[in-house]
Amino acid sequence: MSFLFEFFYLLSAVLFIVGLKFLSSPPRARQGNTLAAIGMVVATLTLLASLKSSPGGMHNLPLIAAALAIGAVAGAVGARRVAMTDMPQMVALLNGCGGGAAALISVAEFLHLGTSRAGVDTMFGCIIGSISLSGSVVAFAKLQGLVSEKAINSPLQKGVNGLLFLSLLGLVGYLGFVGGGAPAFYALLGVSLAFGVLMVMPIGGADMPVVISLLNSFTGLAVAATGFVLHNNALIISGTLVGASGTLLTMLMCKAMNRSLANVLFAGFGSTTTAGAAGAAGGGAKNYREVSVDDAAVLLANVQSLIIVPGYGMAVAQAQHTVRELADLLAKKGVDVKYAIHPVAGRMPGHMNVLLAEANVPYDQLFDLDQINPDFERTDVALVIGANDVVNPAARTDTASPIYGMPILDADKSRHVICIKRSMNPGFAGIDNQLYYEPRCSMLFGDAKGAVSKLVEAVKAL
Amino acid sequence: MNAALMAEVWVFALAVFVGFEVISKVPVVLHTPLMSGTNAIHGIVMLGGVLVLASAHEPVLVVLGFLAVVLGAMNLFGGFVVTDRMLEMFKARKKDGKP
Repeated sequence: MSFLFEFFYLLSAVLFIVGLKFLSSPPRARQGNTLAAIGMVVATLTLLASLKSSPGGMHNLPLIAAALAIGAVAGAVGARRVAMTDMPQMVALLNGCGGGAAALISVAEFLHLGTSRAGVDTMFGCIIGSISLSGSVVAFAKLQGLVSEKAINSPLQKGVNGLLFLSLLGLVGYLGFVGGGAPAFYALLGVSLAFGVLMVMPIGGADMPVVISLLNSFTGLAVAATGFVLHNNALIISGTLVGASGTLLTMLMCKAMNRSLANVLFAGFGSTTTAGAAGAAGGGAKNYREVSVDDAAVLLANVQSLIIVPGYGMAVAQAQHTVRELADLLAKKGVDVKYAIHPVAGRMPGHMNVLLAEANVPYDQLFDLDQINPDFERTDVALVIGANDVVNPAARTDTASPIYGMPILDADKSRHVICIKRSMNPGFAGIDNQLYYEPRCSMLFGDAKGAVSKLVEAVKAL
Repeated sequence: MNAALMAEVWVFALAVFVGFEVISKVPVVLHTPLMSGTNAIHGIVMLGGVLVLASAHEPVLVVLGFLAVVLGAMNLFGGFVVTDRMLEMFKARKKDGKP
C-alpha cells in the first residue's frame, strides 16, 4: 500500500517539475500552472488516503476540513479581488503565509516529540520559516505604504542585527547540543521573527521585488525542512524546487539591476546614498521646462516615431488602458509607436508586461532594453509615463550615484523627452533625476491617468 | 532510520539541480508569473499542516496544526488563482492579435 502512495507522490513531483518547465515558456505557461495545481490535488489526495490507512489513523478530520475551507476561500477570494498593480504585495503576503505555516509545523513537531534537544531540520524550518513570515509582512507593509518605503537605516541597526544573529547561533548551538526544551525553542522562534523584521526594514521600496523573490526561495527551503521533519518526500521535492528556482530568479533580478545580492541586502540603498547623490548633482536650484497638455498633444501628433516608457507611476494610476488609447490614436495618425520595457519596470520583473497585457497592448509593440536602446537616437519623442530611475542618465555617468551601473533606457538620447510626473519629488528610490533638467526634456505635471486622458482629449481635438 | 534520511538527502540534492535547470531559460516577461507560480508550489506546506493536525491530541498541537493548514491553504489556493489570472491575460493578448 505504501508503495502505491509513494508512486502517487512521485507523480505529483513530476507534475510540479513539468509545470515549472512550462511556466517558463510563454505559450505554455498557463498549462504549466494548471499542471502544478493538478499535482497539488494528487499530492493532497495521496496524503489523505495514506493517513486513512495508517495505523495511527486520522484524527481531527472535521477540523482539517474546516481549516482547509477557511484557507482556500480566503486565499482564492483575495487572489480574485487583488488589483494587478498590487501583485507584489499579494505575492509577499501569500509567501508570508507559507513561511508562517512552515514555522508553525516546526514548533508543533518539536513539541510533539517532547525532546529537550532539537534536530537541525526542525530548527532550520523554524528559523527560515519565521524570517520568511515576518520579512514578508514587512515587505507587504512597505509596498502597501503602511510603513515608510524609504530605507530605514540607523547605525544602531547593524549592531542589533549582529546581536540577533549571534543569539540565533547561540540558541541553535544550545538547542542542538545541550538541549533547552520548549522555552529555548520559543526564544528561537522569537529571535527569528525579529531578525526577519530587521532584515527587511532597512531595504528601500525599489529593492522589494528582489527581497520578495529571496523570501520566496526561503519559504521553499523552510518547506523542504518540514519535509525532512515529517519524512515526506513530496514536501522535500516541492520545497527544494522552489528554493532552487527562487534563488536563480533572485539572481536574475539582481543582474537586471546590476547589483549584487549582498549589495541589495546590506547597502541600505536609497537612504544613506541620497545625500551623496544630491550633493554630487548639487549646484543650487536647477531649471526644468514645463509643457502644457495642448503643446504636448501637438508635438505628439506630428512626429514620426514615439517610444512610450511606462513605469510604476503609470501602473499605480491604473493608466495602462488610457495609455493604450493614446497610442492607438497616435498610431492612426501615422505615428510609429513602441513601448520600452525596462526589466524592473513596475515593481517586479515582468510586472509591466502583465499590466500592458491586461490593457490588450499588442505584444509585438513591447520591446525590452537591449532591443530598444539603439532606437532612441532615431526617435522623435520619448514619452516617459511615471517612470523615473529606469531613465536616469546618472546610472551611466555619475559614479557617485547609488544607481550607477544599472542598465537604463536611453530615453535622454531621443530628440524630445516628455515626462509625465506628479511633481518634481524624487521617485521610488529617492534619487534625483538629471534627465528632468536636460534642455530637451519637458515636464508634464499630473497623475499618469489624468495627464494621459487629457492628452487623449487634446489629440482628438486636433 | 539512517538509510531513510540518506534517501531524503538524495531527493533534496537532486531537486536542487532540477530546480536550477528547469527555469534557467525563462524570459523576463514571465518572471512575475513564475515568482507567483513557484510561490503557489510551496503552498504544499499545507500538507505538512494536515499531517500535524491528523496526529494531534494536545490542544496546543491542534491549534498549531489548524493555523498551519489555514495559512498553507491560503498560500496554495491564493497562489494558483493569482498566477492563473496573470497568465490568462497573456493568452488574451494572443487571441486579440493585431488590428
